[in-house]
Parts: sequence; structure tokens; C-alpha cells
Amino acid sequence: MAETTTEQRATNRGPGRLLIAVYIVFAIAATSRAGLQIATKFDEAPVAYLLSALAALIYIVAAVGLARAGHAGRRIALACCTVELVGVLGVGVLSIADKELFPDETVWSDFGSGYGYVPLVLPVLGLFWLWRTRRDPA
Amino acid sequence: MNDTVSTTSAAAASASPVDGPLATVAIVISLAVAVWALVAAVRHRPPDRIQFVGLAVLEVALLALTVTALVALGGGDRPGEPGAFFGYLATLVCLPPLAWVLARMEPTRWGSGIVCAICLVTPVVAVRLQQTWEALGG
Repeated sequence: MAETTTEQRATNRGPGRLLIAVYIVFAIAATSRAGLQIATKFDEAPVAYLLSALAALIYIVAAVGLARAGHAGRRIALACCTVELVGVLGVGVLSIADKELFPDETVWSDFGSGYGYVPLVLPVLGLFWLWRTRRDPA
Repeated sequence: MNDTVSTTSAAAASASPVDGPLATVAIVISLAVAVWALVAAVRHRPPDRIQFVGLAVLEVALLALTVTALVALGGGDRPGEPGAFFGYLATLVCLPPLAWVLARMEPTRWGSGIVCAICLVTPVVAVRLQQTWEALGG
């Protein structure tokens, strides 16, 4: 067991900060896109746009949780990553099984293929990083 | 495999304000900074002056691109998918400042990793920006 110093194991330092950077990028991208879709053509695909907005919100909260990295922050990040993973898998399956359900693309459609599958990889990396930086097991 | 893509963009190049030399310059700068930052990250080096200067130059190029797009909009041109276009444009100009701030906060190899990651995302967003201008009918 190569135990590193506490500084290197902090959730919001080192590789964690890189993870936060990617989360912020997705938060900005998803928020601006969902905001404009809802503002300009909400009636066309309300479910898809609301889902995009929800995804955007989760990216923001996950980034904040990872950045704060305290006990509460880590719990928030854990919840967000879990919801993301369930969301991207669930919407991925549904969007392939029933095209009618999501007439316009969301971040999570087709397992995030429109975004280079980053939406699928991101929560997995997030959960892995939270696990790697965990404190003493309760 | 890029034959269809290149012919499409070549055909629409004259009409698109975001698909000129300026966009190409921005993409090249971004990729160059990404490679430089990757080398630094691999060598366990924190972000150096060249990375920060590169980010600043990249931001100037992206702001110039934004002005070009706004001038074209003022002249009556319209993007194919306005919602997505403005979403990508807003995201694009946020990326270098985000990389700057996070790299300042993380003076380790991971700071270089952040610069590399964001400078790899920037060309993707720039190309998507061009596609949303050219899209016919959405």
C-alpha cells in the first residue's frame, strides 16, 4: 500500500482539479445550450430540453462538490456522479430503444456519443477518484 | 474519412464568418498549447510562462472570432442552428480563462494537464461552432 501524503490525496487537488476542470467545461456547455434551447424553442422537445437542463445542473453541483471536497462536498459529488451514471445509462438505453421519446439530442442521448462519450466516462472517473481519495472507512 | 466533411466546409466557407483563417489560427494555437502542456505534464512540470502566454493569445483569437461572428450577425447573416451556435460561442470564449484560473490554482503537473485537456476541447468546440453555422434547417 503506497500511502501518499494527505495533500496529494485531497479530493480537490492534483488529478481531482483536472476532473473539476472537465466538469466545469461540461457545466458551461450544457447550461448555455439548455438555457438557449428552453428560451427559444422549448415547445419542440420539452422533455429533452428539461433533461439537458437537469444534466447541466448536476454538472454544476458535481463540480462544486468536488471543489469543496469536505465531507458534505464529497457526499454531494458522490450523489451527482451516481445520478449522472444512472442518467447516461438510462437515457442511453431509452434513446436507442425509443427514438420518439427524445426527438432532439440531449447530453446523455446514445450514451453521450455526441460529446465523445465523455458524459459516460466522466461519472466513472468521478466515482473512481472519490473512492481513491476516501478518508478512513467508517 | 474526412472527404465529405472537408468538401462541405469548403463549399460553405465563403458564407461562414467562423470558418476563415482566424478560426484556423485559433485551432492551431490551441493544439500547439495542448501539445506543449502535455509534454510539461509528462515531464512532471507545472504550467510555465509559454502555456499562460499561449492561453492569452488563444483567448484574443477567440474574441476576434466572436467579434467577426457578431459583425456578420449585424449584417443580417444567421447561423443554421442559432441556439447551439450561441451556446458553443459562449462556451468557447470561457475555455482559455477557465484553464488559466485552474492552472494558477494547481502549480503541479496536473495544472499542465488541465491546460492540455482544455486546449484539446477548444478545437472540438470551434469545429462544432462552424457546423452549427453551416447546418441547413437544423
